[in-house]
Amino acid sequence: MNHGTALLWKRRALSSLSATRRGLPKEKMSENGIMSRAKVLTIDTMNPTVKKVEYAVRGPIVQRAVELERELSEGMKKPFAEVIKANIGDAHAMGQQPITFFRQVLALCSYPELLSDSTFPEDAKSRACRILQSCGGNSMGSYSASQGIDSVRQDVARYIERRDGGVACDPDNIYLTTGASDGIVTMLKLLVCGEGTTRTGVMIPIPQYPLYSAALAELGAVQIDYFLNEEKCWSLDITELQRAVNEARQYCNPRALCIINPGNPTGQVQSRQCIEDVIRFAAKERLFLMADEVYQDNVYAEGCQFHSFKKVLFEMGPEYAETVELASFHSTSKCYMGECGFRGGYMEIINMDNEVKDQLTKLLSVRLCPPVPGQALMDLVVNPPQPGEPSYGSFIKERTATLSALAEKAKLTEQVLNTVQGISCNPVQGAMYSFPRITIPEKAVKEATEKGQQPDMFYCMKMLEETGICLVPGSGFGQKDGTYHFRMTILPPTDKLKILLNKVKEFHQRFTQQYS
Amino acid sequence: VIDVFQGDLHKAGMKPLTFVRQVLAACVYPPLINSSNLPLDARQRTQEELGRCVGGSVGEGNVCGLMTWKKMKMLVVQDPQGGAEKTHRTQLSLLCDNYYFCGFGPWLRTQALLNREASPRTGVLIPVPCHNKTVLSIMQLGAVAVPYYLSEEQGWALQVEELQRALESAKGVCNPVALYIINPGNPAGIYSSQCGDQVIRFAWEKRLFLLVDEVYQDCVYGENCEFVSYKRTLSEMGPPFSGTVELASFHSVSKSFSGEYVCGLRAGYVELVNLDPAVMKYIHTLFSKDSCETVLGQIALDLMMDPPKPGDPSYLLYKQEIEQIRTVLVHNVKRVHEVVNSLPGFSCSPIEGGLFAFPRLHLTPKAIQKAKVTAEMQEDPDTFYCTRLLEEGGVFTGPGWEYGQKEGTYHIRFCIAVPQDVMEELLRRLSSFHMTFMKDFS
Repeated sequence: MNHGTALLWKRRALSSLSATRRGLPKEKMSENGIMSRAKVLTIDTMNPTVKKVEYAVRGPIVQRAVELERELSEGMKKPFAEVIKANIGDAHAMGQQPITFFRQVLALCSYPELLSDSTFPEDAKSRACRILQSCGGNSMGSYSASQGIDSVRQDVARYIERRDGGVACDPDNIYLTTGASDGIVTMLKLLVCGEGTTRTGVMIPIPQYPLYSAALAELGAVQIDYFLNEEKCWSLDITELQRAVNEARQYCNPRALCIINPGNPTGQVQSRQCIEDVIRFAAKERLFLMADEVYQDNVYAEGCQFHSFKKVLFEMGPEYAETVELASFHSTSKCYMGECGFRGGYMEIINMDNEVKDQLTKLLSVRLCPPVPGQALMDLVVNPPQPGEPSYGSFIKERTATLSALAEKAKLTEQVLNTVQGISCNPVQGAMYSFPRITIPEKAVKEATEKGQQPDMFYCMKMLEETGICLVPGSGFGQKDGTYHFRMTILPPTDKLKILLNKVKEFHQRFTQQYS
Repeated sequence: VIDVFQGDLHKAGMKPLTFVRQVLAACVYPPLINSSNLPLDARQRTQEELGRCVGGSVGEGNVCGLMTWKKMKMLVVQDPQGGAEKTHRTQLSLLCDNYYFCGFGPWLRTQALLNREASPRTGVLIPVPCHNKTVLSIMQLGAVAVPYYLSEEQGWALQVEELQRALESAKGVCNPVALYIINPGNPAGIYSSQCGDQVIRFAWEKRLFLLVDEVYQDCVYGENCEFVSYKRTLSEMGPPFSGTVELASFHSVSKSFSGEYVCGLRAGYVELVNLDPAVMKYIHTLFSKDSCETVLGQIALDLMMDPPKPGDPSYLLYKQEIEQIRTVLVHNVKRVHEVVNSLPGFSCSPIEGGLFAFPRLHLTPKAIQKAKVTAEMQEDPDTFYCTRLLEEGGVFTGPGWEYGQKEGTYHIRFCIAVPQDVMEELLRRLSSFHMTFMKDFS
């Protein structure tokens, strides 16, 4: 029972103190003398943190792209036939095919009458039955428990154990979420407190996935930037972490450290040594570790391997394993599934204080439950077809095809972009993006500044208008002062990607020429 | 255990709508478009829906919180709630860009309205009784919930004088900026469309932002009762109200039965009327960063607003299934009213809308005292009643204090959207438990 609510409702006698502090409705006179009322909700009365929220991935450049699409469809003439949205990590929108088995099971769950349809394989049917049995009323339409369907959480725990070579995972530490974003924002909510110099500071990588900066802005937390090392393939340096935290202690209370591995937008895959160092650092500086691992299956470069924070933590022995507080996040939106629209995800929470855990449960219960189809999908991701099962062959084939296509495209992107003078692209070791550095001529920088635009936004806008290609400027993710980048996904089908890369090349050459 | 604590129809055993499920299944697994197992209109509809998904897949994430579908605009214009067609239509076409997919929860969380740093603190007027999650959401955002009491004697009617009193009570405590209305109510069933006019006038006079939760708009049972949206009332009132009162109204697939009670899909929408265009820009950003809406949920919403029509192959079955649900609900509502009112120390207003009954327990002071002493943890009498009812009667209900009630009154809340035989069993257990309880604590 919620005692907070009890207190609220019991406080019936609201003190009725002296004069009203509510101002009179403000009447405004417009130019021609007609009275017009000011709104209740204006920029000035609005929650001020909202003003600070920005999300470049769907920001002004995307809005312009959507406008251009509309103009194209209305027959307006453009220097391009279609707008290519290489801004967002949305695999299916770019033509990636879903995994057949997953969709079959979900269709069976949606409309169980199909269980009598002989075109569905037996293993899909038995999975569907198992999922439906754990749903209220045997329907995906019911609410689930706030923490997520029990049997799914258990399957997730087993998956994590297998992935991490046997390191134990307690299903109680698993929370199903609405995409990873939901889990990340919830954890940040818990972490934010204090005022002024004791206000929570959260360390985030630069460049970063702008959900973090947006969430921190909305929550009113302090953003602590640590720079990834572009010269060393976007690696994470402990000395840089140390610098950032030392400086931050002067004006806030650093309490959390966010790592994205494999990285977004940078694509770097952290070495095992690096992860150990980060864990030691977090332990020493007493920071809550947030490990965003949604791209864990997207590892392409030779010599690179995904190491989960959880596994490394436990292999470092009880001194760390029993003390460092860690939340790791996964999602159904990336990897080989690419099912962004299902909003499936989970987080595993290690070493969290029990009382805080209760609060977390309460927080989650307010939003009732994550979408059930997403939970069902997560169940299939952690529990895919096994050797011997009817769907195994096609599953492996599809998964391999998708992942190897991505690996190929990662290599292609790096290669082509590096042939362009003025563009330099680090190897895309993992994830779904390239984040090349671009040289922007002084003249262009000047023009941009005069327009009040970031130079790379100016560059990207021009590219959009001239080629129809929509990218996100590096300023949306953060970058070292005086450097410029853009983020481009590697998701379009290979032939389209080749065209895209060539167009980018041509544009860059033209642009450089124009502003020389 | 009969679980009627939440408004979850499928859990309680109500059957989903065939057409909706067929379309959703085919959207998830498109090869079904060629399957003779599905009726033609379901297959065609699937193609339509997939045609709107970028890449033709429900796995795409482009459709976040932003309403980008042209069809939605058309649907809104054809909205039978349109009322005075001309004015409403103009307003609708202007406002079509102001629809956002979201659940009510996420909307509140990103509520631009609630200025955490304001001093005095922001206040929101909320009805008593009210869904407890709303209160929690408001508190979470650092605002103050200012209660206004619905009148139980008048079947939980909303009275403007009470709104006035509530506003007065907030003086010196907080700065009320919004008025939250549930229409039809939760848990209290009656809806206040008849006084919608008065409420809008009040909001206009007192400069309050209207937040109207209309997720139960399809659940209206009373004879001669008709759901009238606040949006419609507002537009019919004409200027100065129609062009100035700021309104956000919410709908959801979780509670509508003209669509599907798909709580598990977590989909809904909010319509924003008369908001400051400068603010709309920020709201747009807020919705774009945090996509909580599944594509399947949005499709379910579309199916809800544009169901099979007469002549379509699925129409008859669809209509039959809807009628069945409606019949069950109307029947349940009557039975609950009958049975509860026949029991001593128990009374229930006519349930004219919504999915819950909120009957009142009349406990004597002696009974209350005894209950307090017996309760292990100094529980409220209604919590005590509900706990006992669960343990001895096997019926899971919610105690009134969780939703708010006048001091000294006690209620329980339970969902009435269960199959008829389950309702009969529920009422049988409730009656027998209640008689025993009243005897033990007389």
